Amino acid sequence: MSPFGPTPKIKRTRRGTYQLRLDDDERTLLAALPGQLRALLGEPGDPGLRRLNPPAYIGDPDLEREYRSLMGDDLLKSRLEALEVLEDTAAADEVDEEQLVGWLRAINDLRLVLGTRLDVSEEDDPMLLPPDDPTLPLWALYQYLGLLQEQVIDALSAAL
Amino acid sequence: MEAVPQASAPSTLDRPDVDDVLAADRPWIVVVWNDPINLMSYVTYVFQKLFGYSKDKATALMLDVHHKGRAVVSSGPREKAELDVFRLHEHGLWATMEHSE
Repeated sequence: MSPFGPTPKIKRTRRGTYQLRLDDDERTLLAALPGQLRALLGEPGDPGLRRLNPPAYIGDPDLEREYRSLMGDDLLKSRLEALEVLEDTAAADEVDEEQLVGWLRAINDLRLVLGTRLDVSEEDDPMLLPPDDPTLPLWALYQYLGLLQEQVIDALSAAL
Repeated sequence: MEAVPQASAPSTLDRPDVDDVLAADRPWIVVVWNDPINLMSYVTYVFQKLFGYSKDKATALMLDVHHKGRAVVSSGPREKAELDVFRLHEHGLWATMEHSE
């Protein structure tokens, strides 16, 4: 059974497209989040972005600089494209595979930034936080995106 | 790393350093590191999609990352390794590359 109950929210059709059965609230949220991350990507020094740009070369600053100058722009462009797909199709009833992969990557980037902000570790359990903890709303969003991502992966894996 | 030409020994300019030749032949390996954010199912999916690995192989690699802290997911000449790292970074995985021992 899926974490959302017996009916998957994202379902592959026989035509190879994907049906999106999401609530209006979810769609509103998913349409709004990409703009927030896009704004953050415009501020490259933000510590929340650390996990989006890990080094390729450890212990070799010259090669690392070269990698960053060769690939940095393409990496950013690719991220922005995925965010745009999620933003543009958050209200859609159906998307194609390429678009759903955009969802997958955009959701993952959102989780990486949220997880970095929350300083997530493998032992963390937000259920143990006091009910007035100010990070609870961020935790709720982080967990929602994780559950949604699992559904996207389940649907896409059917095509592998 | 490129050898610095020595003005006092011009003959070495014509002859590549043996160590350099061997270093160039050694493949690069692409390493994925454990992180607490990426979902295990996502990491498995990315290995399948990017490298065409079977579900079993992708799952085994993901578990290596999870339990041992890192796993080698591909190898080859520098350009190929760099492209693999780029594609992994595109998908938000924590990937680095290094010369194989």
